[in-house]
Amino acid sequence: MASPLLEVRGLSVDYVTETVDVRAVDNADLTLERGEFLAIVGESGCGKSTLLFAIARLLSPPAEISAGSVMFQGVNLVTLVEDEIRALRWRDYSVVMQSAMNALNPTLSIAAQFRDAMRAHSTMTDAEMRARSAEVLHLVGIDEVHLVSFPHQLSGGMRQRAMIAMALLFTPDLVIMDEPTSALDVVGQRSLMTQIKELQQRLGFAVIFVTHDMSLVSHYSDRLVVMYAGQLVEVAATESLFAEPLHPYSRGLLDAFPSIRGPRRVLTGIPGSPPDLGHPPAGCRFAPRCPAVMEACATMPPELVAVGASQVRCHLYPAAQAEAV
Amino acid sequence: MRFIGRRLALFLLTLWAALTLNFIIPRLMPGDAALAMWSHIHNATPAQLAALEAEFGTANQNPVVAYVTYLGNCLTLNFGVTTDQVPVMTKILQGLPWTLGLVGVSTLIAFALGTLLGMYGAWRRGSWTDNLLSPLLFIVTTFPVFFLGLVILLVFGVALHWFPTNHPYSKPPTLTFQSAADIGYHAFLPALTLVLAAAGGWIYTMRNNMIATLSEDYVRMARAKGLSSWRIMTSYSARNAILPNLTGFAMQMGFILGGSILVEYVYSYQGLGYLFYQGTASRDLPLQQALFLLYTVAVLIFVLVADFLTAWLDPRTRTA
Amino acid sequence: MTALDASISRPPASSSSREALSRVSKAILRNRKATLGLVMFLVLLFVALFPDLITSKPWNESVVSSDVVAQCQQDAVAAGKVPNCAQFGPKWPDFPLGTTQLNYDVLSQLVHATRVTLFSTVLISLLVTAISVLIGVTAAYAGGRTDSGLSLLTDVFLVIPALPLLIVLSTYLASGGIAAIVFVMTITSWAFGARQLRAQGLSIRSKEFLEAARIRGERRWYVILVEILPNMLSLIVAAFLGTSVYVVATMAGLQFLGFGNVGDTLTWGTMIYQSQQAMSLESGNLWWLLSPIIAVAFMGTSFALLNYAFDEIANPALRKNRRRRGKPAA
Repeated sequence: MASPLLEVRGLSVDYVTETVDVRAVDNADLTLERGEFLAIVGESGCGKSTLLFAIARLLSPPAEISAGSVMFQGVNLVTLVEDEIRALRWRDYSVVMQSAMNALNPTLSIAAQFRDAMRAHSTMTDAEMRARSAEVLHLVGIDEVHLVSFPHQLSGGMRQRAMIAMALLFTPDLVIMDEPTSALDVVGQRSLMTQIKELQQRLGFAVIFVTHDMSLVSHYSDRLVVMYAGQLVEVAATESLFAEPLHPYSRGLLDAFPSIRGPRRVLTGIPGSPPDLGHPPAGCRFAPRCPAVMEACATMPPELVAVGASQVRCHLYPAAQAEAV
Repeated sequence: MRFIGRRLALFLLTLWAALTLNFIIPRLMPGDAALAMWSHIHNATPAQLAALEAEFGTANQNPVVAYVTYLGNCLTLNFGVTTDQVPVMTKILQGLPWTLGLVGVSTLIAFALGTLLGMYGAWRRGSWTDNLLSPLLFIVTTFPVFFLGLVILLVFGVALHWFPTNHPYSKPPTLTFQSAADIGYHAFLPALTLVLAAAGGWIYTMRNNMIATLSEDYVRMARAKGLSSWRIMTSYSARNAILPNLTGFAMQMGFILGGSILVEYVYSYQGLGYLFYQGTASRDLPLQQALFLLYTVAVLIFVLVADFLTAWLDPRTRTA
Repeated sequence: MTALDASISRPPASSSSREALSRVSKAILRNRKATLGLVMFLVLLFVALFPDLITSKPWNESVVSSDVVAQCQQDAVAAGKVPNCAQFGPKWPDFPLGTTQLNYDVLSQLVHATRVTLFSTVLISLLVTAISVLIGVTAAYAGGRTDSGLSLLTDVFLVIPALPLLIVLSTYLASGGIAAIVFVMTITSWAFGARQLRAQGLSIRSKEFLEAARIRGERRWYVILVEILPNMLSLIVAAFLGTSVYVVATMAGLQFLGFGNVGDTLTWGTMIYQSQQAMSLESGNLWWLLSPIIAVAFMGTSFALLNYAFDEIANPALRKNRRRRGKPAA
């Protein structure tokens, strides 16, 4: 089997402050194959966006990568200096952010922002750049007349699609998306997701998609990663996660969604709130809220272990200890 | 288009208000008090007094008529004569090029310096230069302008004798290179003073605005695109950071013009500021009034220009 | 709302005033600029309140005995030079900063002038801030015609350059004493703060908690006082500090030019003016000119430091980020 596109091992991210260091991402392990659609889900503050930006080397102070490696196409991104990373940016991997209104420069036209990226990484002529810009806009269904528009002149949905178009300028191998649909209404979300999936299948790039809305990605992602309090708690193929969630947290999440076709039932939430990452609890971080909590959970932090094709971080699966990853 | 119309309307309205204020102030005093001041100092002849009366009116004159006459005079740039019987406009035109040159050049330098240093300070936050330079410059600009002027005068002019300490020139100016150099030589210290006074506040606000823009998503996006630091700093960060400042900067022109009065006084630099000081000290009301009006109109024009610049640079205002 | 969002957010930190005070004082002590500024201000306050503890010499009587003056004149005549028996240079301990034209003790003048200078500065700044708040917040909250009218008024006063107006007004009100100076400075300085406060008032005005207050049926004045103002407190304090810096410099500048000097009331600005008139830069006691200038700069710097530090304390984004490990910024 071909080597994976992206391999993250032991990645940790700390927010360094004058008083205490907060570990926002703890020891994350991830593998991404070519053309795979991986979704990372978790509640606000669980560290998923931080993990994403760490992988893309886009962290800003006071956040910094404190441990681990990110092997992308055989190169460890963590050890590269900014100039070396810059050569990879946008050509090999690109980023789509949450709100295009904030992510696009309000004082530059769409064409100018596309040109910026192209000028930075290629020697295309003006004509070539214009042609390519029109091409990617067509890919997402926007008329090229909007090249001269400014971000505030486009509708919300169009802006998001323009951002996706920009991300595809060099047809990179990996597109990282941080909640690109959160700023849209439900219908717009669905339409954008379908478009992304379609583009992905057509052009063959891999996607890491971060969201807090699990149901959104359920039809589009190949695999799902569930994060809680800075740690990965479950990694599984989407179908198996929805069919049979292993971690109590994942189960709790799924229980909160009604099924549109299934029988009516009482919805349950997850009581309590996530721990303070400045002073994380000694054992399992989910223990205070876990319906299946045991004695060991309070003192021994569980490791991420393989259970079949999935991975889970929970003491409920002690038999798999021998197969610890 | 509507934007331009609105701005022009506001400009005219403020201009009218300033003119009216300029009219009202001297007349708030009891009608003959101004005359009494003048005659006391200059032992004016009855004929001169009559002329002054004609221009300023007494308490008995119909204020409406006086007002309309005044407005008419202003619009035709007829400001009367000074206490030395010299037309006010003549004196103004004599001093104008000096002040224009001094203030104009200083402001441009201060603006450029302030913007660049502010940008640099925000970009290299926490570095040596930022930690030392920013608060230092900020404090320097809180020093009174005349303090800066006097210190610079003392150090570079009196103590070190590197630069001359008064007058805009040593020989009357001609269109020669030597003359230009001489003028520049004399203008250096006053210009330095003005630049230091004006740049610091600008650096401070620019730096803070830049710091705010640097944490915006579009800057992170620019980093993600792998753009060069220079490009990010200018087209993405600075371009957005300057916008809220432009109009505020124009309003600061009032402060700079005031500072120029002090600087010209300290260096005996015979521009409009020096003229204004002299006119006030010798109770030369026509001259003082005319210059005051000139200053106000200058600031108004700056504000108008800044508003248009903001509209030009920020596409969001055009559709508003 | 998904289950993920259903987790209860942490309750907001309690805001009792004692806690707030301790937070503020800790913030001040940790910030070097704030501490320095505060110390400088306290020094000034001390000198202003207790001038007699610093010096026992009078500030408006000659401190040089007539014998010394007579001797000096004799010496000058004997040497064939023009007698210059005033403006003596510094002599410890008689007059550490020298004397003025009339042989008054410069140090004593400096010390005694502190009170008027500091108090008038603070008074003017308070008045200016009060007016700015009144006009700015009213314009922001009242909206409509009131807003247009007040904004126009603010714009007019903003555009008219301050120092020229100051000069014009002070010549007409020359007989008004210190009150006239206060009036004149207040009237030329309020516009800037009013504009800033209006802008912030507008942004707060659209916030939802104001809607809630309106729906509750609270009266306008209540809303302004209890809901809006506390949120604008940091900007108001910043405006006060910024204004103080401006007032220190401008008042001194005005008096330096020779306007706004009130007969018996001595301020540092007046000292500078008097020393300039007596040509102390060229041929007299340099310290008579320099010491009030340095004092003015000292006061200005103290307010400026407090202002700079207050900005940093109130706006965490501006704080220095002290890195604990050696990694460079990304």
